[in-house]
Amino acid sequence: MQALINFVISIWVPLVCALVIVAVLPLAAGYIVLMERKVMADMQARLGPMRVGPHGLLQPIADAVKLLLKEDIIPEEADKGIFWIAPLISVTAGMLAMSALAIGPWFQVADLNIGLLFVVGIGALGIFGIVLGGWSSNSHYSLLGALRSAAQLVSYETAAGMAIVGALLLAGTLSIREIIEAQEDYRVWFVFASPVGFFIYVVASIAETNRAPFDLPEAESELVAGYMTEYSGFRWALYFLAEYTNMVVVASIATTLFLGGWLRPFAGSRAFDFLDYLPSVMMLGVAGYCFYRAPKQPVKIQQMVLAAVGASFILVAGILAAPLLAPAGSMLASAKAGLHGAFWFLLKVVLYLYLFMWLRFTFPRYRFDQLMRLGWQFLIPLSIVNVMGIGLALVLHRQLGWSHWTAFPLTTILTLAVAGMLGSAGAKKDKEHAIVGEEA
Amino acid sequence: MADQRIPFATHAETTVLGADEIVLNMGPQHPSTHGVLRVKLRLDGEKVIGSECVIGYLHRGVEKIAEHRTYTQFAPYVDRMDYVAAVSNGLGYCEAVEKLLGAEAPLRARVIRTILTELQRIASHLFWLGTHALDIGALTPLFYCLREREEILKIFEKYCGARLTTHAFRIGGLQYEAYDELEKDVERFCTPFDKRVDEYESLLTGNRIWVGRTKGIGILTAKEAIDYAASGPVLRASGVKWDIRKAMPYAAYDLYKFEIPTGKNGDTFDRYIVRMEEMRQSRLICLQAIENIPAGPIMGKVGKVLKPPPGEVYHSIEAPKGELGYYIVSDGTTQPYRVRIRPPSLINLEAFDKMIRGHLVADVVAIIGTLDIVLGEVDR
Amino acid sequence: MLDQIVFYFFAALAVISALLVVTRRNVVQSAIFLITALLATAGIFLQLHAEFLFIVQVILYAGGIMVLFVFVIMLINLDVSIHQVQFNRQWWLGLLLALVLGAQLILAVALGRSGLPLGEPAPATALEPSTQLVGRVLFNEYMLPFEIASILLLVAMIGAVVMAKKKV
Repeated sequence: MQALINFVISIWVPLVCALVIVAVLPLAAGYIVLMERKVMADMQARLGPMRVGPHGLLQPIADAVKLLLKEDIIPEEADKGIFWIAPLISVTAGMLAMSALAIGPWFQVADLNIGLLFVVGIGALGIFGIVLGGWSSNSHYSLLGALRSAAQLVSYETAAGMAIVGALLLAGTLSIREIIEAQEDYRVWFVFASPVGFFIYVVASIAETNRAPFDLPEAESELVAGYMTEYSGFRWALYFLAEYTNMVVVASIATTLFLGGWLRPFAGSRAFDFLDYLPSVMMLGVAGYCFYRAPKQPVKIQQMVLAAVGASFILVAGILAAPLLAPAGSMLASAKAGLHGAFWFLLKVVLYLYLFMWLRFTFPRYRFDQLMRLGWQFLIPLSIVNVMGIGLALVLHRQLGWSHWTAFPLTTILTLAVAGMLGSAGAKKDKEHAIVGEEA
Repeated sequence: MADQRIPFATHAETTVLGADEIVLNMGPQHPSTHGVLRVKLRLDGEKVIGSECVIGYLHRGVEKIAEHRTYTQFAPYVDRMDYVAAVSNGLGYCEAVEKLLGAEAPLRARVIRTILTELQRIASHLFWLGTHALDIGALTPLFYCLREREEILKIFEKYCGARLTTHAFRIGGLQYEAYDELEKDVERFCTPFDKRVDEYESLLTGNRIWVGRTKGIGILTAKEAIDYAASGPVLRASGVKWDIRKAMPYAAYDLYKFEIPTGKNGDTFDRYIVRMEEMRQSRLICLQAIENIPAGPIMGKVGKVLKPPPGEVYHSIEAPKGELGYYIVSDGTTQPYRVRIRPPSLINLEAFDKMIRGHLVADVVAIIGTLDIVLGEVDR
Repeated sequence: MLDQIVFYFFAALAVISALLVVTRRNVVQSAIFLITALLATAGIFLQLHAEFLFIVQVILYAGGIMVLFVFVIMLINLDVSIHQVQFNRQWWLGLLLALVLGAQLILAVALGRSGLPLGEPAPATALEPSTQLVGRVLFNEYMLPFEIASILLLVAMIGAVVMAKKKV
């Protein structure tokens, strides 16, 4: 009996975290979609969803309800079992990857000592969702679109993996928690130690999630049906959810590895402790904006909803400020790490997602052969050189005793020089092929 | 060009062509063919080795209708051909009939016609830019272009009551006097417009991805362009300096100073640069024109009932899409005997097969976009 | 006790998936069950605290090799297999031979178990994480085989590209 109770206690935190992931992540993905629509509208000089709820805040709920109520159409000749399971594989892979990542020092389903490798591996399993979805649609063009998408994912996975290896060399461990602690010990986020690696990871992660400018397999549903075409209603919503979950996963990996995870900027130095008040101030600012906009809403109920949203932000600001104002050493003060950690992590993830959206609405799409050429002939060689560069920097620092302020910038410049040489060599080759516009 | 008319295989004959070749149909309903255009592509893997455009899905028999309407009654029909640039269509038709009648519109009418036509050219190119960028994947320029175009459509609405199918001109001149704030509105539009075009260029021209998707795609050499009777920006981007506004001036174009942009290589990128520059030049024409709109009548001496003497006339103008020509045969009655319209979009579309060969499927949308076709004009 | 439950779960999953691989008509379904069999094996690795092997099995086998298998299956039209007869007439002979072979193997292992040099397994948590262990051993004692294996893979990649490249 006691063993059972011990067992339950030891798993209740992971269980709660897992439940939160399964329950909250779909809702969060819906709101990321709303954020994307609002950001898209802002960049296109318009407003975006405004009707459903004040400023469109209830739009994701309306969309979810609509998708659930849609008729479930399955193509006649399709393999029904595979048709059913393909979106589930995508969603499961995304959520499973999320479970290994830590949103704050308190929120992690399991701190595996191969955590990072686990996330990358599960991402590889997500490819099956796409391939099987394209296959089960029983359409020649759907299948080709799916295979093309999978080929793109596999190619950029290599580059992303090598970029991760670069940061891994700096951290010396695969465990998520220890990587962030290593950044805390070094007093510097790995993005500054390996900026080339971060750049490679950003580009590769955009291609991994099939986002513009690498979304030809998806947008090619204009020309050749993409893998999602035969899916409608809630099955399509699952694919969409999987795509946004993948975005959150790669943003979380980038935040963990390069942007310091749950660490506050300048986490080590006490001089910047005033930054600890920044979360509450930001939440109060958002609440103030909500109260400012509330009277301007056209309909009474929207005013009330927006006021309620503002009030909830004030509550969050209070929760974030409480550990700072409580007497030191009390239980409330020790909650600071968990709450603030989660806030900083989520803030960085949101900024990374904003970067994704910004790039999507600025750049046109790459053609598929240009995309593959970019991946194989530019990113992969660059990532290999990056790994060698970081290795060189570590040797200089550890074996030869150079300070890391000299070793790392030096190797970064070397890596960039090699990148420049690669880029110009590639551009020269491009000119030869320019007339035909494709590789023979 | 011996292989130009390869008989096109139907689906049943696919196996005869060889194991790797497939026939891909970009159906009439397609987000990127700018209307109901059907393109049958013969593909070797990813490369296009042959194509056939099937048109006629928007054929409304406009030329046949012309034989049963009076000259004045037919004027609203021409707007519906190139519906993106209705004012130009109207200009060509009215000037053609005026030539047939031997009448001339007064100078004031010609100047106002020029202003409205150049504004329409800017609007048409803005719409082209937005949709072309959208096809290639840049989602944002569309909204900026439509924002600018909205101002022009507001001017048209103030002038003649309609935004799209304007029927702005009448045979012999104009029906409506220029409204009071026309000059102010045009100036308010044109003054910041140069910076706006710079904004679009900053998003696209220097962008590596844009250049990669458009440079070297769909090359049409100068000789080929002339052989295919291409016109408009398609011809000029191939290096041929031919613009009807300069070669055979009509309306009030001989009064204003403007340049004819030409390209070098005849690829998609050059056509894009040429159209951007044309927008800037149209703005200059508008600014020059509104400085001095001469006073005077707006309607020439044409009777109420138009009965041109028997004869024929061919009159062409430089529409935004190319050389828009009207060949009108009159038999002395109030209804024309034959109205034949030279549609620039259709004739430019003939070059599509030449331009697409050797490129990939993903370039098809880029090339259809760069030809700037409007199916209303292609099919009439 | 939890250990045993987990082990039997993964083992049963592996065996059932393996059976389903060979009995399905639809080749894609076979491939999917092969993936589940591989994942079940990976689960057994994890249960033995060999995390590195677990994740490498998932990444390479399930996420790499099986993806390529599935690519090939989908690009080649294998509908023909659905209409073929799956079992030939002498299936009873095959089953008999398999049972005899299985019985021989079980007997051999049961009788010779005491002779196998399986020492007491060290408590797995006493070791450092397996990734570090594998890495250290791989790059110190087995450096030469590692290099040879990587050259082998490089040669295979170049060969594949050369064979698949179309004549220009």
